[in-house]
Amino acid sequence: MALRLPSKVLEHILSFIDSNEDRNSVSLVCKSWFETERKTRKRVFVGNCYAVSPAAVARRFPEMRSLTLKGKPHFADYNLVPDGWGGYACPWVDALAAKSPSLEEIRLKRMVVTDECLEKIAASFKDFKVLVLTSCEGFSTDGIAAIASTCRNLRVLELRECIVEDLGGDWLSYFPKTSTSLVSLDFSCLDSEVKISDLERLVSRSPNLKSLKLNPAVTLDGLVSILSRAPQLTELGTGSFAAELKPEAFSKLSKAFSNCKQLQSLSGLWDVLPEYLPALYSVCPGLISLNLSYATVRMPDLVELLRRCSKLQKLWVMDLIEDKGLEAVATYCKELRELRVFPSEPDLDATNIPVTEQGLVYVSKGCRKLESVLYFCVQFTNAALITIARKRPNLKCFRLCVIEPFAPDYKTNEPLDKGFKAIAEGCKDLRRLSVSGLLSDKAFKYIGKHAKKVRMLSIAFAGDSDLMLHHLLSGCESLKKLEIRDCPFGDTALLENAAKLETMRSLWMSSCFVSFGACKLLSQKMPRLNVEVIDEHPPKTRPESSPVERIYIYRTVAGPRMDTPEFVWTLHKNPEIGVSRLAIK
Amino acid sequence: MSTEEELQSNVSVASSSPTSNCISRSTVGGLKEHNYLGLSDCSSSVGSSTLSGLADDDKATISLKATELTLGLPGSQSPARDTDLNLMTPVKLDEKPFFPLLPSKDEICSSSQKNNASGNKRGFSDTMDQFAEAKSSVYTEKNWMFPEVAATQSVTKKDVPQSTPKGHSSTTNNSSSPPAAKAQIVGWPPVRSYRKNTLATTCKNSDEVDGRPGAGALFVKVSMDGAPYLRKVDLRSYTNYGELSSALEKMFTTFTLGQCGSNGAAGKDMLSETKLKDLLNGKDYVLTYEDKDGDWMLVGDVPWEMFIDVCKKLKIMKGCDAIGLAAAPRAVEKSKMRA
Repeated sequence: MALRLPSKVLEHILSFIDSNEDRNSVSLVCKSWFETERKTRKRVFVGNCYAVSPAAVARRFPEMRSLTLKGKPHFADYNLVPDGWGGYACPWVDALAAKSPSLEEIRLKRMVVTDECLEKIAASFKDFKVLVLTSCEGFSTDGIAAIASTCRNLRVLELRECIVEDLGGDWLSYFPKTSTSLVSLDFSCLDSEVKISDLERLVSRSPNLKSLKLNPAVTLDGLVSILSRAPQLTELGTGSFAAELKPEAFSKLSKAFSNCKQLQSLSGLWDVLPEYLPALYSVCPGLISLNLSYATVRMPDLVELLRRCSKLQKLWVMDLIEDKGLEAVATYCKELRELRVFPSEPDLDATNIPVTEQGLVYVSKGCRKLESVLYFCVQFTNAALITIARKRPNLKCFRLCVIEPFAPDYKTNEPLDKGFKAIAEGCKDLRRLSVSGLLSDKAFKYIGKHAKKVRMLSIAFAGDSDLMLHHLLSGCESLKKLEIRDCPFGDTALLENAAKLETMRSLWMSSCFVSFGACKLLSQKMPRLNVEVIDEHPPKTRPESSPVERIYIYRTVAGPRMDTPEFVWTLHKNPEIGVSRLAIK
Repeated sequence: MSTEEELQSNVSVASSSPTSNCISRSTVGGLKEHNYLGLSDCSSSVGSSTLSGLADDDKATISLKATELTLGLPGSQSPARDTDLNLMTPVKLDEKPFFPLLPSKDEICSSSQKNNASGNKRGFSDTMDQFAEAKSSVYTEKNWMFPEVAATQSVTKKDVPQSTPKGHSSTTNNSSSPPAAKAQIVGWPPVRSYRKNTLATTCKNSDEVDGRPGAGALFVKVSMDGAPYLRKVDLRSYTNYGELSSALEKMFTTFTLGQCGSNGAAGKDMLSETKLKDLLNGKDYVLTYEDKDGDWMLVGDVPWEMFIDVCKKLKIMKGCDAIGLAAAPRAVEKSKMRA
């Protein structure tokens, strides 16, 4: 007789399991486990909003309290997805308003959110607590005001790098006049001024406030005033530092910072003048996270700041830090886990980027806990990559952007194959990888073979032939997201490995050589994939063999989507255009 | 329950083994095996059917022209490479990859990389059809060599900006032009537009506020109607309009400039002493700029110092397109408002 775990016991066990991956595994064991799991899952993550219908999610998880949704493909961040492609939050909010009224948290990334949608959220979820919008667009400050005024228990309101129609700073005054339960407020992406008095009052009546990220319109004076009312902050995003340096302003700022004894994370710092940096010295020893990626501070001022940050775990900085600044980081910031170095001039024209591969090598050697890297530079060498892999086998995320397309190892003139081979082989826990520079198919053979845990792979201007894609799709056991641009192949490898696509969340290919005929074939044969051809020129007006501009393929159980714009072709939209006499000779 | 299955396959981790070939694998959702290329269902040995499908059909299903890519320069291939990489070669099938691993690749790699480095990589121009025509013409054998960089430096392959207006590919005989103007590539380097926009503002602000002498360059983009790429100029490196316009003239004279018929740009007379129009080969172009408010104004109306303060972008427009642009009175008014 088989042992059966009583569902109460299972429920109790599951209450300790938070990770969605684990819960997904649990739900696969048997039907009763599936049932118990689904009734107890509170935090639901949907990585592609078109992969499943909102109704299905609501139905499956009746106790859902938190929903995270992602919309547009990642390359939308770089303007590769035309406006109007999709990713609308409304259908989700509408469905959930009806079926999951106890929802408390919504986190959206790369989605289109309207004011109506925000108003609906405010009106429908009585105990709404958390709204985090990352890289979203389509709404205005009116929608924010609706959330602020209606959600009495709001704890978290974060707008991260959203494109918001800014109608003014009034929204801030819509928060409840009595005390608020705000724990985190981030309005750093808004343009217009908010009234400092409104902000001051809000901060004063929000005793739980721990994280506050101001927008650039908040002046230094405003900052000082806020800090004096909220010394308990653990995360601060400053406003603009651009102001004349007056002695008393500086000392007030210094004092304000030194009162913030719990500050662990600092960001913002737009326009910061080097002369103001010493005001931050008092918080440096406690800092765990520092985002200087909008601060146009150069060397050696940067080093003065960084050498005081001995506990720093996360550093985002611009390439103004130069190799020698990174050398200092390697010396002083021994706890560093994550490093991102952004280009100060993000253009192809920029040929004098002051960091080289040496900077990253310094950090890899000096920071033993380094596990996540995003690095922009002009060129690289295999030797550097090999060193990095050898020194830091614990890397989990390695994104290297060699800005020069097709740049080989500039010392040996070879492709960067060997270097990335070392990374793939050496960093066995690598989960995310972005490659760049001159790469032949061989590099991808190595990656396919060794990068067993890589879930997300980004490729640009690389490879020689379909072999490259074939290596990846037939290797890379854990591959979930693959995004490729400007690589010279497509059809054969894609069709040969079509079934792999159902094991992945999505595949993006743009400016490659995938023909319209292949797309049609693929969509006909793989009904559980949505094959979207995103092309300015309607593909059916061209020969089948002609390449299309972009394809986005993702698995779905929701069927074809109904909200595609004109420039997105799917088989569903044009069923009469079957696969013509393509294959049949 | 099919619903369950559906939801399972979506939300849970599908555990199909990825190493087997596409044909023999069945997914959680219970998909049947498919032979994608021989559409008439080949129920016979599934594995081989695909490739024999490959070999037998004309591969008309897919444009295998697209796959017949070879490495190296057009015209400088090692012929051995050609056949090795030719995906048409029928292969013996196990569960292993269909494509023959190419032992010869190793040697070939290093030698041909030099080819790759010094010249055009395999043609995006190799696989053309009329759709790709506009693109391919940019891939002439001329490359944008940085003259100061030795052969060790890779030559950039000009990807076609996806936003290139049509018909301008004919003006890309720019091999004769002075060094290193690169085409703009959409979405590259991969920096979020939020960051790009913020930096553009930040850098300008900090340059203004930063009182140190030689406080960094003030780069603005210069575009020209009809040019396939943008240039950047450092406004701080000039001290007056005259210098700016000579520099621009030098930069842009390599383009074939079309004539604009109309002469009616109202503000042209306002271009006063700079006579930019005249300098640009008398071909009826005007220099305009976008200011901090996003308005396009004619260059030359405000004092130079004020100009570099407000100018965000430059554009060389055809005179006829510039009709109605802000002329002097408005520019002065705006500057008054700022003061």
